[in-house]
Amino acid sequence: MIEDLIRGSLDHCVKCTICETHCPVSRATPLFPGPKYVGPQAERFRSGDVSPDDSLDYCSGCGICTQVCPQGVKVAEINSRARRTLKESRGIPLRDKIISRPTLSARLATPVAPVANWSLRNKLIRAAVEKTIGVHRRAPMPKFAGRTFQSWARKHDAPRLDRSVVYFHGCSTNFFEPDLGAKTVAVLEHNGFNVIAPRGQGCCGLPLQSNGLFDDATGYVERLVAKLAPYAREGYDIVATSTSCGLMLKREAYEILGMESDDLRVVSERMYDICEFLLDLQERGELETDLSPVPMKVPYHVPCQQRGHEMGKPAVDLFRLIPELQVVDTQRACCGIAGTYGLKKEKYDIAMEVGRHLFEDVTRMEPEVSVCDSETCRWQIEHGTRIRSVHPIELLHRSYEL
Amino acid sequence: MRDVLVMGMGTSGLVAALRCQEAGLKVTLLAKGVGSTHLAPGTIDVLGYDPELVENPSEALPRFADRNPEHPYARIGADVVARSLEWFSERFDGYRYTGSVDENFLLPTAIGSIKPSTLVPETLAAGDLRKGGRLLFVGLRQLKDFYPALTAQNVANAKTPSGADISARAVQIEPPISGEADVTGLALARKFDDPGFLDAVATQISALVDGDEAVGLPAVLGLRRPREVWEGLQEALGRPVFEIPGLPPSVPGVRLHEILVAQFESAGGRVVVGAEAVGADTEGDRVTAVRVAAAARIKPFVARHFVLATGGFGSGAIEMTSSWKVRENVFDLPVMGVPADGQRFSPRYFDRQPMGRAGIRIDDSLHPLDGSGRRLYANLTVVGACIAGSEAWREKSGEGISLSSGYKAATTVIEEAM
Ligand SMILES: Cc1cc2nc3c(=O)[nH]c(=O)nc-3n(C[C@H](O)[C@H](O)[C@H](O)COP(=O)(O)OP(=O)(O)OC[C@H]3O[C@@H](n4cnc5c(N)ncnc54)[C@H](O)[C@@H]3O)c2cc1C
Repeated sequence: MIEDLIRGSLDHCVKCTICETHCPVSRATPLFPGPKYVGPQAERFRSGDVSPDDSLDYCSGCGICTQVCPQGVKVAEINSRARRTLKESRGIPLRDKIISRPTLSARLATPVAPVANWSLRNKLIRAAVEKTIGVHRRAPMPKFAGRTFQSWARKHDAPRLDRSVVYFHGCSTNFFEPDLGAKTVAVLEHNGFNVIAPRGQGCCGLPLQSNGLFDDATGYVERLVAKLAPYAREGYDIVATSTSCGLMLKREAYEILGMESDDLRVVSERMYDICEFLLDLQERGELETDLSPVPMKVPYHVPCQQRGHEMGKPAVDLFRLIPELQVVDTQRACCGIAGTYGLKKEKYDIAMEVGRHLFEDVTRMEPEVSVCDSETCRWQIEHGTRIRSVHPIELLHRSYEL
Repeated sequence: MRDVLVMGMGTSGLVAALRCQEAGLKVTLLAKGVGSTHLAPGTIDVLGYDPELVENPSEALPRFADRNPEHPYARIGADVVARSLEWFSERFDGYRYTGSVDENFLLPTAIGSIKPSTLVPETLAAGDLRKGGRLLFVGLRQLKDFYPALTAQNVANAKTPSGADISARAVQIEPPISGEADVTGLALARKFDDPGFLDAVATQISALVDGDEAVGLPAVLGLRRPREVWEGLQEALGRPVFEIPGLPPSVPGVRLHEILVAQFESAGGRVVVGAEAVGADTEGDRVTAVRVAAAARIKPFVARHFVLATGGFGSGAIEMTSSWKVRENVFDLPVMGVPADGQRFSPRYFDRQPMGRAGIRIDDSLHPLDGSGRRLYANLTVVGACIAGSEAWREKSGEGISLSSGYKAATTVIEEAM
């Protein structure tokens, strides 16, 4: 039913081209003619597994087109669904099946993190990987931390506080950025929240979804929401530091995967992006404001998937509370990576071109760090600028002096 | 606490939000999508026809408002219109607007008709046909949305009030663009931002110009640095150059949007795009919150003042159902001037269309009124295309109404908030 609503929304398209003016990919490459052309226009010619053209595969799925459409056409969702059909009819490459399962590779790599990290940064190995499966040799790869957030959380000596919140940390915090998780817990505890981090949180399925593997993605979402739903039913809010994974459970599982389940519904109603959650606290006068000066000037990039939450830029609003912190909103559309898009051999250069202006802006400022809510975007921005990129929580954590 | 929630980011919403924010209020600008700036030519047309061609809007406006007491301008007032234009011009320094409420430019459209406009981007102004002149229209072969021969032929036959002589001819050039299947105006504008591309175009055009011709191009002369592109081209050709707005996406409109949004955000304003206002909570004659559909949930946006800038029928702010019910979508405000059965539409598209005048009735401080003229909400103002009583496309008054009502709503809000 939801599928009909999504596809049916194309009848609202008045061909105004506003989506085209905002598409970050079509401005970087002629291989992608733009969201209106590939979406509402081409969709009329699609039936079954017949698709009028292959350019669809060059859509990065950033979702900006849907956000800016004044007529409510679900351009990105139409395209994601059509891309799945296209990819299935052509056969999904092995590469896409591998890079869309970060939890699996991370589980294997974590115990042998030094070796894994070395291999991912070894030129010869990367060249071979590019040749055999088509992951670009220069594409940004995160570093395995060698320990998990969950192992930290188990040992963490939590204070006893009145209120509780559930932390959906996602795979990246668990395997690549456990420190971000610890800082998030500290910031929440400082604000009087006991943090519950349910064990065994698997992947949200987003990378699978964006690579067209809808059935697998649906299975991942089902398992994950089954873990989180009991807490939501008890009335706990759930916060996510991974803005794209949070969005997957808020919206994309319905609108792209076409899922409908009770577990999913209760979880999405309770799901908050961490900055959204903290800003809501602030608006209710409940946020701790013992923030000390952070005398820095930093560039901030709002990731596309964060825009999909349709909540503005809560990180920027929180930064205004930190004395002496100067945040420059780069106002650039996209960093290019779009999850796994920029890893692919044939798309790496496009992704780098999409992000070029952002990288130039950041580099020109010579900041200590740049700030961005999404992990894959941070890795891409670091790759494009050689400057460390951090989650907004890092600055709050610093300002609270925790 | 949020002081003001502005719903809609077309010209009217952007202007209201920016003025309130700069007056020191905390403003959130909420929009379900981008407004019609990206479609309209980026000119501020105040009043072009009454119904005869208007040469001086400041002279015509009081008379026009007297004769059309239900028109938005009758509520806004000619003096406020003039002040809003001045305020607007001062917003732009690099990329500037030119003109005043005392005269209308007559600018060529892409199909070669002429259109009265009051405030126009400087990059368009040399196309003014009031004094006639010799014009060369230059097409860019890759741009399928602009046909210089059509423009030139119609402009050459155009009648201006002064009857001045106009001569016009057309040429095509082929700028260096490789391998792109479908080049939009916006893609070209981005290319013009690159100095090398501009040089190549200038060289091609200088081989084709003749005598004292002014040179008209589709409005694609740069997005990030249009002033430099336009000045660079004038210098290279040693003659006036002007842009002609055309089919969407409108590059001058995108510039307008980007400049105002950037000013609003750097003044500390919050922008929320993609979320739709779907209802409101009210207490007596006050709005307490607007309900906003964002991902996964409907959130109440609490504020002290609310500005409804959601546009008209075109943007879905006002809707008509298949059973002819007309509804304003956020507050369910009464929609006035809905014609009776049998009188809704004229058979010919460009005739007067009574349905086009339907909208929200307002008082002199832009608060919404019910059918008996009673003010409905004391902390809600209504601006732009959703106000009843205009036929913007016939009058050539769309952006003039949006700008001046956005400006005036801010005055109301600032007075009530301070
Ligand atoms: C193709 C075209 C050509 C035009 N040419 C000219 C011209 O030559 N001269 C001229 O003066 N005028 C012209 N206009 C008209 C002029 O652009 C409009 O009259 C004017 O911009 C209206 O502005 P607005 O701010 O009232 O609304 P709009 O620009 O329509 O903006 C409405 C905003 O409200 C948002 N919105 C709607 N509903 C909701 C909701 N429920 N919740 C949240 N947000 C919502 C929309 O997403 C949008 O951001 C043209 C318009 C178009 C479409």
